[in-house]
Amino acid sequence: MNRHSSYWVFLVHRLSGIALALFLPVHFWALGDALQLDALLAWTEQPLVKFSEWALVVLLAAHLGAGLRVLALEFLPWRDWQKGLAAAAAALTLAAGLAFALAL
Amino acid sequence: MSALAVEVWRGGAQGAFQSFEVPRHPSQTVLDVVTYIQRSLDATLAYRFACRVGMCGSCAMSVNGVPRWTCRTHVDKVARENKLVIGPLRNLPVIRDLVTDMRGFFDKWARAKGSFAGTKTKRDDFARVAPDSADRRKVDAGIECIGCGVCYSACDVVAWNPDYLGPAALNRAWTLVKDERDVVKHERLRAVAGDAGCHACHTHMSCTERCPMGLAPTAAISGLKRAVLGSVLKGEL
Repeated sequence: MNRHSSYWVFLVHRLSGIALALFLPVHFWALGDALQLDALLAWTEQPLVKFSEWALVVLLAAHLGAGLRVLALEFLPWRDWQKGLAAAAAALTLAAGLAFALAL
Repeated sequence: MSALAVEVWRGGAQGAFQSFEVPRHPSQTVLDVVTYIQRSLDATLAYRFACRVGMCGSCAMSVNGVPRWTCRTHVDKVARENKLVIGPLRNLPVIRDLVTDMRGFFDKWARAKGSFAGTKTKRDDFARVAPDSADRRKVDAGIECIGCGVCYSACDVVAWNPDYLGPAALNRAWTLVKDERDVVKHERLRAVAGDAGCHACHTHMSCTERCPMGLAPTAAISGLKRAVLGSVLKGEL
């Protein structure tokens, strides 16, 4: 019933936040394992890991974009451009995803 | 014209959808459909309406899962493959069929200190509020609420936390916080600052999306959040 852009942004914000929180232990584990950095870097050359890195960047961008939207809603004198905010969050995510895919 | 397949909720909290076949007409509203069912097919159907022109706010129902004023919703706009599912508003106890008990909804307006408190009496002169002042414009933006309950029914936070004051009550509180004649602002901010108040809003904006008056309770709620923070920083709360 809540099929509208602001609700989708809320869902993306929440789900990306949960996914990033789940990733954090892996991140720390990889940092803790950095003594074997060369082995780790070799491991990250695998396509599946590359794809995961890309997904991670997209999640981060989505979470950032949606977070900026909430800040704008809470602190700026908006009235009629909330759909523009949702679009801006989506655009930021897309841009970061494309940029990182190009850089891979 | 072709017929419309309509599923209508029957019963209270426990109940089931009942199927009806209703003739289609040009410019038919969902309220016309419900009225046809009650007058021609099943006189025991319970529903509410009064003005039929979007002024009283009593005919709100859930139409295909979305809360709407049925009197201002054309069947053409919402029917999918000639089908309609009509139920009572979500987040409110069902009395019978399409009629909900709205006491909890209005009790929350009282809990949010939604009544004006001034100092002047009828013997005093009119208060003069500049129509173009910043605060008066903020009041104008939220004051046209007619209490239909559509926003309250659309809000997931109300569904998750039944104590949550909800968009309409918070919007009302905001219009009074910005009313320069009102004298109980701190009490009101305290009333809306708790766990079940403005800070519980998740910014889904379903209230703003669904409000038939085009109001933005989300803007009111974010205004309350800032007002509460400002008062706390000044040591007033």
